Amino acid sequence: MGTVIRVEHVSKVYQLGKVGTGTLASDIQRSFARLTGKEDPLLRIGQKQSEDGIHIALRDVSFNVTQGQVLGIIGKNGAGKSTLLKIVSRVTAPSTGKIKMRGRLASLLEVGTGFHPELSGRENIFLNGAILGMTKKEVARKFDEIVEFSGVAKFIDTPVKRYSSGMYVRLAFAVAAHLEPEILIVDEVLAVGDADFQRKCLGKMKDVSSQGRTVLFVSHNMEAVKNLCQEVVLLEKGQVAEIGNPTAVINSYFKRNTEYNSKVIFEEENAPGNEIVKLRKAELHIHEGETLDINQGFDLHFEFDLKNDYPEFNFSLNLFSITGEHIFNTVSTVVSVNCGRVKGNCTIPSNLMNSGNYTVSIMAVSQRSITLFYFQNVMNFEIFDNRENEKWFGNISGAVRPKLDWKIS
Amino acid sequence: MTQEEIQHEEWTQIIEPTEGIFNFNLRELWRYRDLILLFVRRDFIAVYKQTILGPLWHFLQPLFTTAVYTIFISIVKVPTDEIPRILFILTGVVIWNYFSQCLVKTSNTFIGNASIFGKVYFPRLVIPIAVVISNLMSFCIQCLLIIPFLFFYRENIHPNFYILFIPFLILILAMMGLGLGVLVSSLTIKYRDLNYLIGFSVQLAMYATPVIYPLSLIPGRFKSIAALNPLSPVVEVFRYALLGKGTFSIETVLYSAVAAILILIIGVLMFRRVENSFMDTV
Repeated sequence: MGTVIRVEHVSKVYQLGKVGTGTLASDIQRSFARLTGKEDPLLRIGQKQSEDGIHIALRDVSFNVTQGQVLGIIGKNGAGKSTLLKIVSRVTAPSTGKIKMRGRLASLLEVGTGFHPELSGRENIFLNGAILGMTKKEVARKFDEIVEFSGVAKFIDTPVKRYSSGMYVRLAFAVAAHLEPEILIVDEVLAVGDADFQRKCLGKMKDVSSQGRTVLFVSHNMEAVKNLCQEVVLLEKGQVAEIGNPTAVINSYFKRNTEYNSKVIFEEENAPGNEIVKLRKAELHIHEGETLDINQGFDLHFEFDLKNDYPEFNFSLNLFSITGEHIFNTVSTVVSVNCGRVKGNCTIPSNLMNSGNYTVSIMAVSQRSITLFYFQNVMNFEIFDNRENEKWFGNISGAVRPKLDWKIS
Repeated sequence: MTQEEIQHEEWTQIIEPTEGIFNFNLRELWRYRDLILLFVRRDFIAVYKQTILGPLWHFLQPLFTTAVYTIFISIVKVPTDEIPRILFILTGVVIWNYFSQCLVKTSNTFIGNASIFGKVYFPRLVIPIAVVISNLMSFCIQCLLIIPFLFFYRENIHPNFYILFIPFLILILAMMGLGLGVLVSSLTIKYRDLNYLIGFSVQLAMYATPVIYPLSLIPGRFKSIAALNPLSPVVEVFRYALLGKGTFSIETVLYSAVAAILILIIGVLMFRRVENSFMDTV
């Protein structure tokens, strides 16, 4: 099968800072210089400034997408995913490079674009369908299916401003799902709706690709990406870091991000703490493999410098989610320590933690009650999800996600 | 041909940093004609939802305006070529409204629709074209308002075959309104000041156009300056067609038509130049 999208050396540069105010004078100066064939006066004077004043969102991005493929695009926030989708869907033009495409393209960067609150569900289906590139005839042909899929048949002649947000989103997605473009671009729409609806949406996306259509799919939901995509592009700082098989690329994505957060070493002079205790090292060790997912046990390892001997000494470790939720507090056994280097190691078993971002705070305690120092947010790490053979890709909520013994009879 | 070249022939869309500026892309616009009509419908329906008087506003607004100006010119005793003042003003207001509404509403195209434009592609010209068409519908409704007045004052007026030229006049106004509107909207991306300027500029332009006074009132030495305003002949021909009084010549009407075409071309060229990248600025 042939290539339907070819992205060739695409870059996108944004001007930073103020745009608009005070530019009339400089614009006139510029146009005048251009007319008289001189150099741009502002560029010359402010050379350094103009270098600082730009942001390169995409840098020389190239890849191909073959027909019928679901291509996932992953990367951290700010890696350029959305910019890339915007360029492919023609919302904005690339600064350099080309994108060649074959076939009609529809993009879903948002559901319900152009919905008008005063119009009824019926009118909005037609309007939204047309905005997404369908003709009136095509929408009319699909109308019953769309209404059925959305499940808001009863309210189809009610203005959408009276809809609940769930109904609104379902109707919007229903329209989008019934587009029949050769190329479909989807950005994070799975984040909406309830479990049942999400399942419907994912099913629909699978259908689309099995009909020989091509899908570009941007998501932070690695489970969905792993299960839906045949190939994944990893973007990092606006560049293509990796392209390939989903499992491999996703693992590498996790690995890149795990290393980044979870090892801190301090020199003696700038180590946090006070005169009696200083933190020198905080590190996370994964038991097996290289990526920290929910099936991995791991160790939190600390090293401290103590100035005194303590006959009764212990650690108290607090684990918080990134949103500040206190997950647990664990207190070490009480030991006798001498001054100098003290190492602490706390093992967190596999299948206990939920996926997510966490921060660690640790307290050094003497005589079971006196706080020597409380080191807050000494490190943070992310535990990735890992589900195999599952049909549910939404969040599994809860502070922890222990694997427990079940007996079903 | 090699495999590569064959493939190259088949690309249906090539996205590049800039498109050719003389590429008006009319074919694509035609493909989106359903969308234009749906936007017309939306603008038309949504405006008067949840108002008590609803579509009646199409009548009330020109009536009120006419009442105010009629009182005004009665006080200052502006001669109206022996045409009943109220009819004189009403015809002027209705045709002027079409132009001013087209201009004001299309001038907001980019900023008013940034949230849609930021999420999905369709030819951006769809929006201003829809505005011009939905205004045409209000214009037609307002023309109905003129009819009873024509009937009431039938003794004093002389409608004539120039009525057949009214669609042509409307086309001129539509081109000027659209052309200027998209030009302004392209400039407002960078210079928001224009947004504030447009409202009273249109107001001032009305006084520079024979809307509440006849062109014949202008003294001889200012006539040549007044003739520069391409809107004047349109208003005068409209009045002549319905009422039988107006000052114009074939040359002035042709001048208006040429000006309208030029304004439209310049406006659309400017619009096309910015539409690809305006999202980065807004």
